[in-house]
Amino acid sequence: MTPLLALSQTAINFTYLVAAVLLIVGIRRLSSPPTARSGNWIAAVGMGIAIFFTFLSPDITSYWLIFAGMAVGTVIGVVSARLVKMTAIPQMVALFNGVGGGAAALIAAAEFHRIAPAAGHLSGDSVGAMLFSALIGSISFSGSLVAFGKLQEVLPGHPITYAGQQVVNAVLFAALLALGVLAGSTEQGIWLVLLLLGALLFGVLLVLPIGGADMPVVISLLNAFTGLAAASAGFVLQNTALIIGGTLVGASGTLLTVLMGRAMNRSIANVLFGAFGAAPTEGAAPASTDGKSYREVTADDTAVMLAYAQRVVVVPGYGLAVAQAQHAVRELADLLEARGVDVKYAIHPVAGRMPGHMNVLLAEAQVPYPQLYDMDDINPEFPRTDVALVIGANDVTNPAARDNPESPLYGMPILNVDQAANVVILKRSMNPGFAGIDNDLFYEANSAMLFGDAKSSVEKLVAAVKAA
Amino acid sequence: MTLLNSITVFVLAVFIGFEIISKVPTMLHTPLMSGTNAIHGIVLVGAMLIAGSADSDLEKALAFVAVVFGTINVVGGFLVTDRMLEMFKRKPSKPESE
Repeated sequence: MTPLLALSQTAINFTYLVAAVLLIVGIRRLSSPPTARSGNWIAAVGMGIAIFFTFLSPDITSYWLIFAGMAVGTVIGVVSARLVKMTAIPQMVALFNGVGGGAAALIAAAEFHRIAPAAGHLSGDSVGAMLFSALIGSISFSGSLVAFGKLQEVLPGHPITYAGQQVVNAVLFAALLALGVLAGSTEQGIWLVLLLLGALLFGVLLVLPIGGADMPVVISLLNAFTGLAAASAGFVLQNTALIIGGTLVGASGTLLTVLMGRAMNRSIANVLFGAFGAAPTEGAAPASTDGKSYREVTADDTAVMLAYAQRVVVVPGYGLAVAQAQHAVRELADLLEARGVDVKYAIHPVAGRMPGHMNVLLAEAQVPYPQLYDMDDINPEFPRTDVALVIGANDVTNPAARDNPESPLYGMPILNVDQAANVVILKRSMNPGFAGIDNDLFYEANSAMLFGDAKSSVEKLVAAVKAA
Repeated sequence: MTLLNSITVFVLAVFIGFEIISKVPTMLHTPLMSGTNAIHGIVLVGAMLIAGSADSDLEKALAFVAVVFGTINVVGGFLVTDRMLEMFKRKPSKPESE
C-alpha cells in the first residue's frame, strides 16, 4: 500500500510540537481540582494529534498491522476502563502502566532485530538508548504485573523475602548490565533476548518483597520508569513526540513518587529495600493479644452516641471502599447533619490504596468537598471531637506510629483519632491491617469495636439513628 | 535530528516535568498518576512507526503486540482518568458552607 498522504518530516515534527504543548498544558491543568477534567481531555487531544499525524509519516508504508493492533487495543482499553470498579482503580493503573513499558521494550527489540543482521550498523548513538528502553520497559512491565497481582490479591499482599535477597538482586542487575554490553558490542540477538528475560525476572524480584501498603508508591515509580523507557524509545527512533511525552512523565512521575513517599514519611530506598511489615503479628487472637483487651459495642449504642454528639469525624479507609459503603456513609452523615451534628471526614493522604483514592470514592457518593479535611487540618480537631467513627481504616490511625519507636510504622504521620472522646471502629474482625501490624488504637480505653461488614454495619447505624 | 538536539529536548522536558506538578493537592495524586500514565502511552507513536515499516515476520509480530499495548495504555489511561475526575463534580444543589 502506498502512503495515504505523506507529509514531510518537518511538517510532522511541527504537529508533534503542537501535541507536546497540549500535553504540557494538560498535565498542568490536571494538577488543580477545577481544571483537572478538562486537562485530561486536552492531553488526550494532544495525544490524538500525535497519533493522527504519525499515520501521514513518510516512514509508514503499511497500515493494516497498525489498524488491527489499534482495534484490538481500543476494545481492551475501553472495556477495561469502563468496567473496572472504582475500588480496583489502583491495579488498573498498574496494568495500563505495565503494557506501556512492554510496548517500549518491544519497540527496542524490533529495532534491534531490524538493524542487527547487518553487523556494524548499530550506531553508538542509538544502541545505548535501545538497550535502556529494553531493560527499563521490561522491568516496568513485569513489576507492574506483580503490583497488579498483589493489589488484586492474586498474589499475597505481604512482602515475600528470603535470605540474601538483596545480594541476588544486585548480582542479577550486574548480569543485566553485562548482557547489555554484550548485546551492544556483538549485535547478536541472543544477548538481547537474555537481557529482556533477565529484566522481566528483575522486575518480579524487585516488587515481590514490597508490601501491599507500599504498592501506590511502587506503581508511581514504575510509572516514571515507563516514561523514561518511552523517552529512550524516542531516542532510538529519533522522534520528538516520544522524547517529550516520555520525559514529562519520567520527571513528573519521579516527583510524584517522592511526594507520595513524603506523605507516608518513607524514602524511596526504604520502600524498595525495607520489606515493610515483613513480620506480621502472629495470628489474630480474637479476645486479646498479649494481654490487651478490647471492648465491643452494638450498632444501637453507637447510633445513640452519634445522634447526641456535637462533633463527629468519620475516618474512612480501604475497608469502606471494599464494602462499597460510601453511599451508606453519606446517608448516615446526612441524617446526623439534619439533627444538627457537625460531621467531617478525615482523609489521610494514603487512605485507601493510593493517595487521593478515598477522595475519589467519596466524591462518587457525592459527599460535598467542604466536609473533606486533610490530615493537617483535622488533627487539631480530634481533642474536641465527641465521636470518631473509623470505618475500615487501620494503619493510618495506629498511635504506635506516633508513640512507639519500636513499631515498624513509627514516623508515619497518622490521624490522631485516639484523642477523640469516643472512638468507634467498624471492622470485620480483629485481623491486622494491610501492613500486617497490630493496631494499639483498638485496645485504648475510649475505643470500642463494632464488628461486621462495613456496609451492613453503617446501614444498621442509619436505621438506628432514624429511630433514635 | 542530531543526538545533541534530542538531548536538548530531553533536558528541557525534564525541567518542565518537575515544574508543572510542583504543587498538587493530595486528593489529585491518583488522577494525576493515572493521567501521566496515559501520557506515556505516546509510546504508541513509536509502535506505529515500527509496525508501518516492519519487514520480517518477527518484527511484524513484535510491532503488532507493541501497538496493542500502546493503544491499551492510551485509551484505557485517558478513559479511566476521566471516570475518576467525573466524580469530583460538585453538586450544584448542595449549598457550600465554607
